[in-house]
Order: sequence, then structure tokens, then C-alpha cells
Amino acid sequence: MSTRVALFATCLADQFFAEACADTVRLLRHLGVAVDFPAGQTCCGQPAYNAGHVRDAQRMAAHTIEVFRAADYVVLPSGSCAGMVRCFYRELEPGDRADDLAARTYELSQFLVQVLGVGSLGHGLEGSRVAYHHGCHALRELGIEAEPLDLLRGAGAEIVEWEADRECCGFGGLFSTKLPEVSGAMADRKLDTLPAVDVVTSTDGGCLLQLSGRAGKRGTGTRFEHLARLLWRGVGA
Amino acid sequence: MSHARPGDYRAASARILRETPGVRASVGSATRAFDAHRTLAYEGIDAERWRDWARDVKTHALTHLDRYLAEAEARMQERGVHVHWAETADDALAVLDDLVAKHAIRSAVKAKSMVSEELGVNAHLEGLGVRPVETDLGEYIIQLLGEPPSHIVGPAIHKSLDDCRRLFNERLGTPPDADPDTLARAARIALRQAFLDADLGISGANFVAADTGTLALIENEGNIRLSTSLPPVHVAFVGIEKIVPRLEDLSGFLQLTARAATGQPIGNFVSLIQGPRAADEIDGPEEVHVVFVDNGRVALLEDDAAWEALRCIRCGACLNICPVYRQTGGHAYGWTYSGPIGSIIAPAMLGLESAHPLPYASSLCGACADVCPVRIPIPELLVHWRNRSVESGLASGFEGIGSRLYAGLAERPGAFAAAGSLLRWTPWRSAGRALPVLGEWMQQRTAPPPSPKSFRQLWKEGIE
Repeated sequence: MSTRVALFATCLADQFFAEACADTVRLLRHLGVAVDFPAGQTCCGQPAYNAGHVRDAQRMAAHTIEVFRAADYVVLPSGSCAGMVRCFYRELEPGDRADDLAARTYELSQFLVQVLGVGSLGHGLEGSRVAYHHGCHALRELGIEAEPLDLLRGAGAEIVEWEADRECCGFGGLFSTKLPEVSGAMADRKLDTLPAVDVVTSTDGGCLLQLSGRAGKRGTGTRFEHLARLLWRGVGA
Repeated sequence: MSHARPGDYRAASARILRETPGVRASVGSATRAFDAHRTLAYEGIDAERWRDWARDVKTHALTHLDRYLAEAEARMQERGVHVHWAETADDALAVLDDLVAKHAIRSAVKAKSMVSEELGVNAHLEGLGVRPVETDLGEYIIQLLGEPPSHIVGPAIHKSLDDCRRLFNERLGTPPDADPDTLARAARIALRQAFLDADLGISGANFVAADTGTLALIENEGNIRLSTSLPPVHVAFVGIEKIVPRLEDLSGFLQLTARAATGQPIGNFVSLIQGPRAADEIDGPEEVHVVFVDNGRVALLEDDAAWEALRCIRCGACLNICPVYRQTGGHAYGWTYSGPIGSIIAPAMLGLESAHPLPYASSLCGACADVCPVRIPIPELLVHWRNRSVESGLASGFEGIGSRLYAGLAERPGAFAAAGSLLRWTPWRSAGRALPVLGEWMQQRTAPPPSPKSFRQLWKEGIE
């Protein structure tokens, strides 16, 4: 029986990184995985939870748990939303259902390496110089560190050293609009230390919107792409 | 300099970034250096095991605080220490009133002490006609400037070498291009006289060992030892959470604190103070007073959801690694304790009403929790206080309505998808600057470009 996953596109990627979600589907299918897209999915509730609106987050967690109740695996092109489901749903939903969903939920690169055991995807990234931004929640909540880097390198990319690669970009959901001045300065720290690369990537669309938006404001022409897009290109299909 | 209030965090942080960009540079390079040293120092020990141990000891002490405080008081009194209990800042300051009157005190030297900042000791002494002189070099610098500390461990962290050159040139007559050694020597000469003149020495304490009633103080400059041993009277203000059960616990805590704070294996000087000068001793104060300070700590301890913040040993590691703190330094936070730890004790110590913006001064990146030597779950506590603000009606009403509407939409997938498609066809991008949320976004960044079609749409059309 082939592996079957339910894709949780996430509200942000659905609207701003639709092609990255599509590449996630292509990549998983290429690896022999059947992909479902439960139509009832909406938002994991993280923006509400992090801003202190716990009751609202509870409603969204309950909804999400229900939508994905039957999935073998839930895969997200986001470390932040995957972290929300895996680490915080148990605080929002009493009973076993939250833990049960948490155990089946993975960020994309984590799923590829930890569940599918993918080593090399292909050689489609030969010659690309890539800077990788460690999204805070992928890194600290999920412990995702080597997985995306190994996959990128396995596809031929050169990961260029970046002094601030583990520092927060300043997105932080509503943080970016509640405290825009500090948030902008945080992005500046990332951009000021960014080495010359072909593309900057990350597990998380929120970070990429923050960094690319700030780079755009500063008038720099850096390219930012979601990890899923690079990994699909890495297949070289 | 006008001091910010906690409620002004956004305005204060924006002003610092705009008007004094040098602060970001100074704080950024100093905190990164502190943090790099801490990383190396943690690598030199089994840091994970030490942190577990430190968390457990502090938790045990806090959950048996009544017992250990009573034990410490008894041991101190046996050695002739005067022990005072201060429920409020005013109670603590009243101890000074009595001492100043009784001993006709005219001048005081102060060892670096955050609790004395919290209590407003300097302003109070000045009101009594006593001249307080800060003797830690960083504290001395900011006292000359009339500023509060910007960091728990490095109070003048927001100042550059050039700032100090200018200040010392003006106030102490050093050459305008003096090197750091020359500046330090000038401060030393000025401070030496203050030590000799002082009628009173004031300190805090890093730890209090209950079983021996010993105060432990960590420092690098020797000024704490002088402040606590040279003047005839020593008064130590000590937060009640500073208690550890046994003297032998200090062995771990003294090392862990120094490693977490500055990356040193141990501070250059550690003073263990047991009481006033004994008959057979050649130096030390004639009178020692210890003032145990509550000032909001008991209320925090009784808060089942937030008490873990009291484990804090004031090492500053969470400030050093915090990407938010690094942009502005401590003044943006508007009170004594800045950075992540400050933001989770402010609501309890100042009241949520005045402190509620501070828990939002974090992107919840979680870096602080990675380094905290006593494993305070700082991000969770930040979220906890945000939730308290929402539940108490202190958070933005607009945001509350928006959040509720969004949650309602998220329960109705059809409506949620339809709302998402609004992103694509309304002229919001040109009007964006005038809109809430998006306007704030566009102040610092270009508008986020939505995908030409949502993924939902792509899926419906079929993915090749």
C-alpha cells in the first residue's frame, strides 16, 4: 500500500505561495506518495494563539483536528504551522485527538527525510548558491536543522554560510505589524549579513514575505523562493 | 533623557531606532559577543544537565520559600545581621531612612544591583541629602549621564567607546582619544575617593544560601567587595527569590551564572558575606542589614501559570540572544528589567494594566528558552500574558474583533476561500497604506504579492 498524505497548504501559502504548494504535490507524487487536499482546511490558528487570542485559536484547532482526523500523515509546507499543530494543540484541545494529530503531522522536509528516508532528490540544483534561513519554529519547536540543508545539498546546491541564518527575521505573525519598526530592523540585520547568493530559501512563507518585502523596500534584487519550489527543481524532472 | 514607560514600548523602540542608531550598533555587537562567549562556556560543561539541576533547585527553593527564608533569617541573626522584610518598595526605602538618620550618613557607594534600581534607591537617597555613587564602571558611566541601565549585566551596553571618551573627557578630563585602560583608570581614581568617603555601602545579592545565611555576590571589578566591606554600614537589598537551600548549591550556581552571563567560568570576584566584622577580623562593616524585598514577587509566586519566571538568576542571557532586544537595548522597555525576562515579570510586578504591551515585544522566536540557565519557558509565558491581556480587555479591541471574525471564517471553509480571493481582485494594494495591518506592513516592506491563483484554485484545476 502506498503512502498517503493529506496536504495542509496553510492559509498563508494558499494565498501567497500557491506554486510552492503545487510543487509540494508534484514532489510527493514523484516520490510515489498519494496526496489528498481536504477541502475543509483553513487556518491552524497560530496567529490568534500567538497574539493571545486563545479562545479563537481553540476554535481553529478544533476545526483543523476534525478536518485531518482521517489522514495517515499531514504534511505542511511550513515549519511554523506544523509547530503549532505538533507543540501547542494539546494545550487547546482536551483529550487525545490533539496528540494523535500531532504525531501524524510533519513539515515537508522533515517528512521527506524522517518518514520517506529521502537522501538525494536529483541534481536539479547543481551550481546554485543558496542561503538558507532557519525559520525559528522549524528550528526550535520541531528541531529541523539538517533536513532541508541535506536535501538542498543532495540536489547539488551549495549552501553559502550566512552569519545570521539562525536569527529571527522579524516576521512573527502579527508581531510584524504590531511593532513594524523593530521588525524591520530585525529584517535589516538578516539582509545586511546576507552573502551573495542566487536565491534565499526557507521552510516558511511568512519569513520569506518579511525578508523579500524588506529587500524590496530597500531596493535590492535578491531572489527569495520557498523551499518546496527549490526541492521540486532539485528533482530535475 | 526622558524615560519611557512600559506602555510606550512601540513609540520608544521606534524613537531609539530613528534618533539614536548608534544604540543598535553598540547593543548588537556587545550582545553578540556576550552570546558567543556563553555558547563556548556552555560547551565547556554538560550544560543541559546543569540547566536541569539549576531549574530543579530553584523550583524547590521557590516552592519551599517560607521555610528557607525563615532559616536564612535565623542564621543571619545569629551572626548579628539585621534582617528586614519589605513588602513594597516604600517599605524597603524606609530602611534607608532609618539608617541615614541613625548614622548621619552623607554619602553612599553602590555596588551594581538591579533590585536597587527597581526600588529607586538612588533617587530616594538624593531626596535624603545623601550622595549615592555607583561604583560598577558601567553603572558609573550611566549615572554620570543620568540614564537608567540598559541591560541587566552590562548597564552601559548601549554606549560606544566614543560615547565614553566624550563623557570622560568632559567630566573627568581624560584626553579625547583616551584608550579604554586610561578611561578605566580615571574612573578608578574618582571612585577610590568615593569608597574612602562613604558612610554606607549598598549592594544586592546574586544568591542567599539558607542553611548558612550567606549572601553571595558575583562581580568582575572588585567594586562590590569594596562597597560591602569598606564603609561602616552595609545594606543589601535582596529579592526573596534569591534563596537557594544550601551553601553547597552555590558551587553550581556561581559557575552557571557566570557562564550564562558573560561566558566566564566564574566571576573575577565572588564575595560570600556572613555578617558584620567579628572581634578577631581586621576589616568589614560594623553593621550589616539585609532587606528581603517582595515588591510583587509573592503575587507572581502565587500565580500558578506564571511563577516560573521567579527562577530567574538575572544573567542576561535571554537579552543577549534576543533579536528584539538587540535592536534597541533596554530603554525601550521603560523599566528596570528589559528583554524577554523583563517582559514576563513586568505584568506581575507593575500590574498588567501598565505593562501589557511588553509581552508583545517578542517575535516568539524561542531563542531565549534555548539559553536560559534555569529553563524558564519564556515564550510560553509571553503568550500566557498576552492571553491575560486579551481576557482582561487590555489588548486592542480592533484586533480582538478581527481575530474573532477570522476564527469564524476559519470554521466555514467556503467563506474562508471566498475571503481569500478578495486578496486578488480588490484594489487593496494601492489603498494598502491607509489600511490597518497592511498599512503597518507597508511602512517597512513592499506589499506581499498574492499568487496569481490560490492553491485551492490550482488544486481544483488539477496539478500536473
